[in-house]
Amino acid sequence: MSMPQQTECPNCAEPLGSQDAFCGACGTALTGPPTLRDLPVVPSCPHCGSAELADGWCQHCGQAQPRERDHQELELTGVAAVSDRGLRHHRNEDAFTVATAEGPGGASVVLAVVCDGVSSSARPDEASATAVTAAADSLVTALAAGREPGQAMREAIGAANRAVTALAHDGTAPDGRHHNAPACTYVSAISSGGLVTIGWVGDTRAYWIPDDREAAEPYRLTEDDSWAARMVAAELMAEAEAYADPRAHAITGWLGADAEDLDPHTVSFTPHVPGVLLICTDGLWNYAEAATDLAFFVRTDARTEPLAAAQELVRFAVERGGHDNITVAVLPIDPPTAPTAHDATLLDVPLPRSADPDATVPLRPAAPPAPVSAPVPTPPAAPPAPAAPPAPVPTAAAEPAPPAAN
Amino acid sequence: MASLSKPDAPRFDVDVFQNEYLAQGSQEVNAIVTVTATGGGTSGGRPVGAAAEAAVVLVIDCSGSMEHPGTKMRDAREATAAAIDELRDGVAFAVVAGTHRAEEVFPGNGRLAVADPATREQAKLALRRLTPSGGTAIGTWIAKAQQLFASRPQASIRHAVLLTDGRNEHEKPADLQRALDAATGCFTADCRGVGTDWEVAELRKVSSALLGTVDIVAESSGLAEDFRAMMSAAMGKQVADVALRVWTPVGARVRFVKQAAPTVEDLTGRRADAGPRAGDYPTGSWGDESRDYHVCVEVPAAAVGSEMLAARVSLVLPHPDGTAEVLGQGLVRAVWTDDLASSTRINPQVAHYTGQAELADAIRAGLEAHRAGDLALAGAELGAAVRLAYTSGNEGTLKLLRKVVDVVDEREGTVRFRKNVSEADSMTLETRSTKTVRVKK
Repeated sequence: MSMPQQTECPNCAEPLGSQDAFCGACGTALTGPPTLRDLPVVPSCPHCGSAELADGWCQHCGQAQPRERDHQELELTGVAAVSDRGLRHHRNEDAFTVATAEGPGGASVVLAVVCDGVSSSARPDEASATAVTAAADSLVTALAAGREPGQAMREAIGAANRAVTALAHDGTAPDGRHHNAPACTYVSAISSGGLVTIGWVGDTRAYWIPDDREAAEPYRLTEDDSWAARMVAAELMAEAEAYADPRAHAITGWLGADAEDLDPHTVSFTPHVPGVLLICTDGLWNYAEAATDLAFFVRTDARTEPLAAAQELVRFAVERGGHDNITVAVLPIDPPTAPTAHDATLLDVPLPRSADPDATVPLRPAAPPAPVSAPVPTPPAAPPAPAAPPAPVPTAAAEPAPPAAN
Repeated sequence: MASLSKPDAPRFDVDVFQNEYLAQGSQEVNAIVTVTATGGGTSGGRPVGAAAEAAVVLVIDCSGSMEHPGTKMRDAREATAAAIDELRDGVAFAVVAGTHRAEEVFPGNGRLAVADPATREQAKLALRRLTPSGGTAIGTWIAKAQQLFASRPQASIRHAVLLTDGRNEHEKPADLQRALDAATGCFTADCRGVGTDWEVAELRKVSSALLGTVDIVAESSGLAEDFRAMMSAAMGKQVADVALRVWTPVGARVRFVKQAAPTVEDLTGRRADAGPRAGDYPTGSWGDESRDYHVCVEVPAAAVGSEMLAARVSLVLPHPDGTAEVLGQGLVRAVWTDDLASSTRINPQVAHYTGQAELADAIRAGLEAHRAGDLALAGAELGAAVRLAYTSGNEGTLKLLRKVVDVVDEREGTVRFRKNVSEADSMTLETRSTKTVRVKK
């Protein structure tokens, strides 16, 4: 992403070199996130300038002070992620982490976990943070122990669900307005030697965005646990009708104490072209729902600049209104040099793997209709419209819809 | 919740109940602040560690009317004796006979005695001097109590009990007001009216100013039990002069601060400035007890997604040097959202106490209208009171209402006036109209 060229430190006016990432005098970060809420080095209220701050509040104007989770970025070799509070929510209830692990034989494994706290539940911010920590710990341990990625993913979702469920029983008094147990959605990705494994619950999503969007098609890899997705899957409603319904985005799957019949979905595939894997919360995809639309906002060098790509996507969502918290992780994927075992298709459709018996492949190369609330612009160089959706693939989502989460 | 405490002082827990979510443009923030003090009275009235020294002055009406009926003065003497028996050793005390002037009955010479078995016996013997003769000038009684407390500055818990059977007839209302203004903050006082010839509003004014309770003892035979209970509660007090400090941000305004439980008491007008954007509201002394406060603040409107501290509510113990010890604190927040489900949610505590305050107002208005002969208005107000008492589960008040009106439909609040309402029942309802119940959890 492009940052304005700075010649002096905005905090202390120290002259800067063009490559400086931090001010050498006061330590202010100069290549900071695309946010208006950077924590100043000399603490003062960003709303009124008062230096009277106490336990997170301005003692003058009373405004809440920026918090650590308002904007966070992480980058490791092979993965980068950015999370932002957005503009319309008072706190960031999304959580994420990225990690690397050493698989069997010393192979490097990269993983990312993104969770979105369910706003209508109690302590959603704690739910998401708890799930992320539990899942990442479980994944690193299982992968280091040589567990097959699909198996490691299912174990991690189970561990995350247990951890969030435990929050409901930790003795913390309900906060007076919620009786719903803490809950969050989940999506996570493992990249290991060219093999990508995705796991999810709820409406956090994963997308495959190839470098060359002319030769290969961007894909959504996840099928939401949402009312609309269930209606369509059960062939009770047409897609356009389902997504136009006010209940469309009510989720039907989540982690937490009141999640009945937790149904974790996993899918693995081996890309044959270079690209990036995105996992994100609805704070991003609400503004570019279809893979081809979202791909338009993913820079073409995302594979080599994953942090910049993640920053740009977050800025895109903030500029569109930032109605929800926004979190996105970008995992660069290079196809393995050795040919893979299965047949490549033109569109590089992910295939279920035999080692992954309950994998669901509810893939949908077509762009669902853009959400009414978030019209997608028509970029001049938009990729060609994708092909019509293939025949429905049986999925676990074909059951009657339980009551939607609020 | 927050609590700060020392091992030898009660611990104050502060809990805030509110719906912090506001719709765009909304500016009013309501919160119920529950303050619970523990560790004070749990020792059964014995001092805990370096407990505060206490002083008590008992002021007994000895006006001529105390002669009728004949048992009234005797019952008052017995009640005073019962109160003296409740004094723990070491508590400074005095007994004052109140007429159109105030006469020290025990120990005399403008001083307080220190309770021990001997002084308690001497005091009880001196109660023979409580004899009815003269008028009623409550302002002079209060001034005398203040003088006596001033003789013992080391006593930080200063509490008076004031018993009267009649109206304040022998001084001007301004004299009483002057005495109250002088005494406010110097000591606390529980007031009791015996019989039905006293005026509820007058005595409530005294108890409110002096941060104590007011109640009716219709039959003088009930005095001893009431005095014993009152004194037992007073002996449980461990820390005096506690203030509720409310800080608000720039541009915000405190609309009101009311004690909501155990009784409704509007504290709004009693604010004393306490530093930038902060004010102290007096709460008197605390033992093992819990009280609820309703704080209503108007804040500047902010954009959706903003979060603001609307008020910081703390319990403080001001020190003579101008500093204040914070005993506990809670935060009242404001969060602006475009989620209607959040912003329209009604907090049960806030709704409950809003209803309890309306209940007290309706009773007061209903009885006032009844006295003024406006039976239609009286019926409407007391009907509303019945409905509010019923829906909020305030059975005590509902029971008192039923002695004044025949309830046709408690849910709808339809009532008919009873033919022969006793003065005692009417005054009991009026006196206890401010008593609230807590929200059912």
